[in-house]
Amino acid sequence: MPSAVLLLLAFGLGLVGWLAARGRAWAFRRTAPRGRIDSLPGFHAWYVALWIAVPALLFALAWNTISPALVTHQVLSDPAATILPPTGFERDTMLAEAYAVADGRAYGVFNAEAQALVEPFRAALQKFQSIGLAITVLIAFAGGAFAFLRLRPDFTARTRVERAVMAVLLLASLVAILTTIGIIISLIFETIRFFGMISPTDFLFGTHWSPDPMSTSAPDGSKYGALPLFWGTIYIGAVIAMIVAIPLGLLSAIYLTQYASPRVRQLMKPLLEILAGIPTVVYGYFAALTVAPAVRDAAQAIGIANASTESAIAAGLVMGIMIVPFVSSMADDSIAAVPQAMGDGSLAMGATRAETIRLVLIPAALPGIVAGVMLAISRAIGETMIVVMAAGATANLTLNPFQSMTTVTFQIVAMLTGEGSFDHPATLSAFALGMVLFLVTLALNFIALRVVKRYREAYE
Amino acid sequence: MMPPMDEARTAADSRATEQEHIRALRRARMEAGLARRYAVDRLFRLAGLSAVVFSALVLAFLLVSMTANGVSGFKRSELRMAVPIRGSMQIDAQRLGQPDPAGGLELAGLPHVIDTAANAAFGKGGARLLADDAWREVADMLIADPSLLNNAVLNVSLPASDKLATAQRGDGDPDLRVIATRLEREGKLVRAFDFGFLTRSDATSPQSVGIWGALKGSILTMLVTLVLAFPVGVLAALYLEEYAPRNRWTDLIEISINNLAAVPSIIFGLLGLAVFLGLFPNYRSAPLIGGMTLALMTMPVIVISGRNAIKGVPPSVRDAALAVGASPVQVVFHHVLPLALPGILTGTIIGMARALGETAPLLMIGMRAFVATPPGDLTSPSSVLPVQIFLWSDEIDRGFVERTSAAIVVLLAFLLLMNGLAIYLRNRFEKRW
Repeated sequence: MPSAVLLLLAFGLGLVGWLAARGRAWAFRRTAPRGRIDSLPGFHAWYVALWIAVPALLFALAWNTISPALVTHQVLSDPAATILPPTGFERDTMLAEAYAVADGRAYGVFNAEAQALVEPFRAALQKFQSIGLAITVLIAFAGGAFAFLRLRPDFTARTRVERAVMAVLLLASLVAILTTIGIIISLIFETIRFFGMISPTDFLFGTHWSPDPMSTSAPDGSKYGALPLFWGTIYIGAVIAMIVAIPLGLLSAIYLTQYASPRVRQLMKPLLEILAGIPTVVYGYFAALTVAPAVRDAAQAIGIANASTESAIAAGLVMGIMIVPFVSSMADDSIAAVPQAMGDGSLAMGATRAETIRLVLIPAALPGIVAGVMLAISRAIGETMIVVMAAGATANLTLNPFQSMTTVTFQIVAMLTGEGSFDHPATLSAFALGMVLFLVTLALNFIALRVVKRYREAYE
Repeated sequence: MMPPMDEARTAADSRATEQEHIRALRRARMEAGLARRYAVDRLFRLAGLSAVVFSALVLAFLLVSMTANGVSGFKRSELRMAVPIRGSMQIDAQRLGQPDPAGGLELAGLPHVIDTAANAAFGKGGARLLADDAWREVADMLIADPSLLNNAVLNVSLPASDKLATAQRGDGDPDLRVIATRLEREGKLVRAFDFGFLTRSDATSPQSVGIWGALKGSILTMLVTLVLAFPVGVLAALYLEEYAPRNRWTDLIEISINNLAAVPSIIFGLLGLAVFLGLFPNYRSAPLIGGMTLALMTMPVIVISGRNAIKGVPPSVRDAALAVGASPVQVVFHHVLPLALPGILTGTIIGMARALGETAPLLMIGMRAFVATPPGDLTSPSSVLPVQIFLWSDEIDRGFVERTSAAIVVLLAFLLLMNGLAIYLRNRFEKRW
């Protein structure tokens, strides 16, 4: 409630300042000889409004962050606080309960003793809210007065307002860097904690994966060998899925760019792209419900006895289908980037279309195609829902595609959706796995984007 | 005697024939080769065509099988019966206007009335054929229209129990299957279209689940995502395309945006878990946190498509505006941005459609709880459509299989709507210079 009030207050005062400054600027316009006004009245108005609203909002934000601590501090010095236990969990709960009731977020306390604290909390809250309100208004008025008094006909309001706009633009584009840093930091800290319990060599090169999030014994490095997960990820995402996606995607791209009539192309290209737009959870359901039983039956029909319902091949096949439009559009782009003259020259020499494609276009487009495949692999190994729903949980280090296999993404989900605590190595292992996944996909993307860029430059 | 000239001519003739022969041979070989090369070409073409057709067929199979399953997921097993109303309960119409009218009806004995009516209609044990909360549907009817209390009987269609629904499908308890067949023959047990599926929330029984809770959660989450990702994405795209100086910082921003667009979505879930849930531990599984996480994921998509749209605005527009005295900020906000907006919006909708179908990051931040009421606001616990699909797909009951497909149909319908809107915007407003 108070934060909404502060927000409205800041905007309201800003609006008042906007109108006042606009009026004053119009007055300059009437009195000053024409041509001597530096900026349009609107810029004067925005200048004042920004000076009112921005500092006030910043203060309100800061106040909202620190005032709970101030309130609690005040209550602790109240005589009623003597009933609190000196330290520990119970003390914190009582404080939190009383605070919530005083704040209006809760209707009653579970612990009857906390009731005594509600009134002091209410008083303190009242006091600090009034202080916050007063300071916010004061800051708004100070900012407004400062800005308003600077208004002159020759005041460069536009330059200043535009400088503020540029700052906002720059901040918006820094969000991307902040996100990247946020990802790295959040992964690194937990990964370091994990490697404090389990040695990195055990993790990276061990061949046995069976962490128990519930176990209370000392962390056992031999249970945290992630090699089967890496193998499962590569086998499903980079082998089986690519065996499906590369031929289908490449041939589709060749057909659509080289053979198909414009109408067919116009119809089929968006149709293929629909495949990329279907949510992965739908693919996962399709894999688990339709493909996996079919694959198991087929395997049993050809005499593979131990085929399981949750098989690597079911997940891989469906993932391959999902990736087809990705490979196809990357291949499409890189074939289209090959200069027309090269293909025409080959055709003029008497080569058939197939020969032109095989001997001229594909070799010329190869860097782009390879980069596209790398991006597709990075997408496939980061894919989560299909493997969660169809690939199974057992970590098998095997070549048999009909067996259940697990992947890095599956284990991240499994470790973090359980009941394990955040101090347990099993939970922390999810962050270490995430770190590996992040670094691998980062490397793949980085190299692929570099290759694409250099390749485009080569033909431009 | 042959003149030498003739001899020479013959020799020349034979040489000529020989050469012709060789030529014919060569042509034959070439033609055979040509035929082979064209055959390869046709084969290649056929391979390409079959690749396209195969992908299209898989898509068609996927959509058709989901829809076929989904249609039956919009239905449920219902028992038709007559419930005596007038005189069976001690309650007057006024009580239904007061708080907790359903509780009043329960106290007045509505569940018992319905059980008795079921026993009368379906034979001994008939009450157990109904779903546990079947009386609530009658209660809702009475609350919506209290004048029904004056009816002698009320003909209603009430949900059957899970076991009976399973038996109607031909699975489960053999005794119940006999009962189901008999009731079906008598026209008392039917599979009827279930409008409630679109208005209820998650439940433990497939007969009484609904999609509205998850749908509302998805809508709230998307709202947060849009409010956060759209302004930031557009402003960042404007900065990078229009103002950014070429230096190391700009390169760093570009690299991180391109990489973020390709980072697996589950990594964003880890970020949301570590950062957002670390900051607001009380908002576990709230649309606010989900929306913030998805906004980080969607923002790079908006930036990339936005930059392409901005790049498409011809430089002459900028030059003209600059020439009449507009400042760089005015050029961009008065001219470039409005012209690029359709393209930006198209990209935004496509990014939002991707976010709507995203499951993994939301699993990470705990949006997988059982939530039986639609979320009231941005901070109350909620589910979202894709996660709901994932949760139902884990259920063993056969009824949930159909319900899952029905939920998928709803999700796909929304995606279709969004993509259709994007295509419409592109065709309607996009200019070609």
